[in-house]
Amino acid sequence: MSSEKIDVRYVAKLARIALTDEEVERFGAQLGDLLEHVNALGALDTSAVPATAQVVESRNVERPDTVVPCLSRETVMAQAPQRQGAFFRVPRIIAEG
Amino acid sequence: MERSLIERTAAEIARGVNRGEHSAAEAVDAALARVGDVEERVGAFLTVLSDDARNRACAIDERVRAGERLPLAGVPLAVKDNMCVTGTRTTCGSRILERWTAPYTATAVRRLEDAGAIVIGKTNLDEFAMGSSCENSALGVTRNPYDLSRVPGGSSGGSAAAVAGYEAAIGVGSDTGGSIREPGAFCNVIGFKPTYGRVSRYGLIAFASSLDQIGPLTRTVEDAALVYDAMAGYDPMDSTSIDRPVEPTAKGLLESLSGLKVGIVRQFDTRELGDDVDEVYDRAYHDLEALGAELHDVSLPTADYGLATYYLIAPAECSSNLARFDGVRYGSRVEAADVQAMYENTRAAGFGPEVKRRILIGTYALSSGYYDAYYVRAQKARTLIARDFEAAFAEVDLIACPAASSPAFTFNAKSDPYSMYMMDYYTIPMSLAGLPALSVPCGWVTPPGGALPLPMGLQFAAPLFSEKLLLGAAHAYESATKHALKHKPEVGARG
Amino acid sequence: MADVTLTRYQAVIGIECHVELKTLTKMFCGCPNEFGGEPNSKVCPVCLGMPGALPAANGEAIEHVVRAGLAFGAEIPAFSKFDRKNYFYPDMPKNYQISQYDMPLTLGGEVKFWREDGSMSACRLVRIHLEEDTGKSTHAGSGDGRIAGSAYSLVDFNRAGVPLMECVSEPEIHSAEDAVAYLESLRRTLLALGVSDVKMEEGSLRCDANVSIRPAGSTELGTKTEIKNMNSFRSVHRAIENEIARQIEVLESGGRIVQETRGWDEVNGVTHSMRSKELAHDYRYFPDPDLVPVEFSRETLESIRGSLPELPWRRFERLTGQYGVEPKQATQLVDNVALAEYFERVVAASRHPQQAKNLVLGDLSRLANETQIPVAESKVTPEALAELIALIEAKTINSKIAKDVLQRLWENGGSPKSIVESEGLAQTSDPAAVEKFVDDVLAANEKVVADYRAGKTNVAGFLVGQIMKASRGKADPALVNELLRKKLG
Repeated sequence: MSSEKIDVRYVAKLARIALTDEEVERFGAQLGDLLEHVNALGALDTSAVPATAQVVESRNVERPDTVVPCLSRETVMAQAPQRQGAFFRVPRIIAEG
Repeated sequence: MERSLIERTAAEIARGVNRGEHSAAEAVDAALARVGDVEERVGAFLTVLSDDARNRACAIDERVRAGERLPLAGVPLAVKDNMCVTGTRTTCGSRILERWTAPYTATAVRRLEDAGAIVIGKTNLDEFAMGSSCENSALGVTRNPYDLSRVPGGSSGGSAAAVAGYEAAIGVGSDTGGSIREPGAFCNVIGFKPTYGRVSRYGLIAFASSLDQIGPLTRTVEDAALVYDAMAGYDPMDSTSIDRPVEPTAKGLLESLSGLKVGIVRQFDTRELGDDVDEVYDRAYHDLEALGAELHDVSLPTADYGLATYYLIAPAECSSNLARFDGVRYGSRVEAADVQAMYENTRAAGFGPEVKRRILIGTYALSSGYYDAYYVRAQKARTLIARDFEAAFAEVDLIACPAASSPAFTFNAKSDPYSMYMMDYYTIPMSLAGLPALSVPCGWVTPPGGALPLPMGLQFAAPLFSEKLLLGAAHAYESATKHALKHKPEVGARG
Repeated sequence: MADVTLTRYQAVIGIECHVELKTLTKMFCGCPNEFGGEPNSKVCPVCLGMPGALPAANGEAIEHVVRAGLAFGAEIPAFSKFDRKNYFYPDMPKNYQISQYDMPLTLGGEVKFWREDGSMSACRLVRIHLEEDTGKSTHAGSGDGRIAGSAYSLVDFNRAGVPLMECVSEPEIHSAEDAVAYLESLRRTLLALGVSDVKMEEGSLRCDANVSIRPAGSTELGTKTEIKNMNSFRSVHRAIENEIARQIEVLESGGRIVQETRGWDEVNGVTHSMRSKELAHDYRYFPDPDLVPVEFSRETLESIRGSLPELPWRRFERLTGQYGVEPKQATQLVDNVALAEYFERVVAASRHPQQAKNLVLGDLSRLANETQIPVAESKVTPEALAELIALIEAKTINSKIAKDVLQRLWENGGSPKSIVESEGLAQTSDPAAVEKFVDDVLAANEKVVADYRAGKTNVAGFLVGQIMKASRGKADPALVNELLRKKLG
């Protein structure tokens, strides 16, 4: 754990949140503070400790392969911020590799 | 003197409806009238469902007339607005969902409705349940009914305030790091977080999936038990809900603590919280002893790392859970020339600062090069914290400690994010370990110069799946001490 | 590209396949898993990524992947889990894909495949994991449906959440032909297992190829490119050939291969760079806290293993090796399991693979074709066919009569023996009787006999035909030939 400065712009890009310069400054400082608190974890010896992703150890919870009713199309499309016919419409997608 | 319908407990209302002494419609009307009286000052609700509630009440009355007996017949229920209710606006206190109507009902809410409870409205919360005061709501201000100049706590502050202000008999909230217990303590009500996985999360809009748990906010422990009994149990729609029988808790609640070993956590030094607060907890521990409990010192050496652990795991999960709010399928949207800009603008406008902070820190903690140093390390610390509790529970039946670091504070008192995070110092370790825990009123402090006394909460925590014991102990403590009844809310209660 | 240049390099190819699993419902919800349909008509809160909805894993889909893994001889780890792969894309409802990162359902294994000449080869697998499919975007406003230059896109989520198996091979294929042979074998195996329809045209099988080249003899891997947008086996073949040629040309002209994704342009027969101006991907994988791990007991695995059908490559090996079936015909049989099983029952009953092959793949298949009735569903049982073979082998009937009997069997079923007996079709091998037919025909065709003796020996065929006709086809053709030759001198 290092206390290096977070590249807030990069992280915000990954998270798809537009930030103003002022926000970059403010969040950068706040996140830096938080990371300093969080870095206290470095004092714990966790080398031989397994990670806990979930506290209750269930296994093999599976659903039977049986069809259940879908939502009606009106219900689905009624919420669309923008639609075209039966499709959701989004602005131009920049090609991704 | 006969108490008015709004002051009655859920147990009393259900009994009255089932016996035909009054109708569900009367109970709901009384609650809605109370909402009309005090809501302008309290602001517990984001949406009040008067018509739906009245219709549902009539349907319950018919079922009761037809001979059905329902454990929560006609009980007015306040639902935190991060749980879906079909056909109802469900906002999470966020601009991004301000106009979203849920097309389905959360399992927990449906089970309460099946038990006869009537949803009278959706309550305010910190945006996406991220906060400890309700101040992070983008859609409304909720005030503490015991002192309107103070916050109700959070994130389930709306449900806590609605119940404390007699606007609803019962409320449900969600607790991720203390979001039921802390507002419970601030508002002089019971705030109960069951074992992780006991109540289905299906339809609860996720903040941090491995921590979120739905639970009751009620004025009595018995009501909390009734609500829990109605909600708990396996749900095939939530793979993390636990598939094992639920032991009913409401019947035969304990009246004494005799023979119970209660652990007092050595690391939780209440003297740091100020003399008046320290005195309340000191007194509470003595009361436990007086009620027959054996007090033991227990050690939770890693509990102090709870906050750091939590503020990596919860934001990491939230950064992923909240990615779906993108302006494509539902929710608000800010148009742009290309889809990436649309995402960025939509999310910039739709989320408030606390949500953005947590998404950013979580994204960072999961990003390439930092995953092991932050996220994995936090998961390992989580293991150590859970082990500490296991070791403690090998020696004691229950743990007692503060529910919050202070009583309710005034608006804008915690401008620095970290000082707000500290409010959950005592509740986060239990959340990380998945343990059932609750907050029960344990006394009052009067801040210097302040006119109004403020409630405090004592937290009990128990081993996994020990809800029966936990609620029983809280009931015994509540019956013997009756702290909750010592003061009336500032908004008053109609006699 | 000159062959000389080609031999100086070796191509190294790895194939990544995405296979939609054949289940009734989607991976994490009960919406139907069906191709097509009205847009956004097969969706629910879960597969639309609505607030509060949670995934619940389809047990059938998990078992399908394990079946595939066991069929390919993969290791099935005792513990597996689902992870979230985080990235934003409009056809991905949650903006994360539930997938598997470091603990997939299966590890290793290999796909055995065969070439047109019948030779066998194998390509090892890295892993097979289970994930959910995305929705579909249609790009509009550019005129050609392509993403470049489009003004906006339309999204349909019917496909979102369909169970998808990702099957990653080691980079150990060295030609476009082998890449296709690998894919063919993979497709046949998954079809035989019943885990997928594997239709490239419907997108239930999609594949990308990682291609690099290196100097022949080298063991180091060159810089690879990833080829996408190949929508048929033919385009896989063309795209890989093309990419190998392109890379050789780059190196030969002193250039350097850039690691990148390239799209196959079917119309122009070239790959083009799909380099993105976007951020480098950082998928931020982490265990999905909404799902619980999957664990397999040995009993479960053994019971799945016990239910596996025979694998196509194994059948191919037996058909070509044990029964001497030509590779092309063996492949046909592998692709028609019912016919292959029929064939093997005939072989088992007759112990005569050569005749069985001729009759099943020749006459019977022709009849099946003409009547549109599959051989295995016809009135000709494998046992009847074996009986027919026995009659032919015992020279009880000749091949001409055999065809007639087969026609009758096809129409009415029954036993060839009784048909031969009741119709008196048994071959006449009695020399006296046959000689009588020969003499009669020679006497009736004096002019032809004279022609023959004058040197027009090709009229012998006419005489044989007349003799067979006189015997109603029953005369032993060998005997007829022998007697005729003797009598004509």
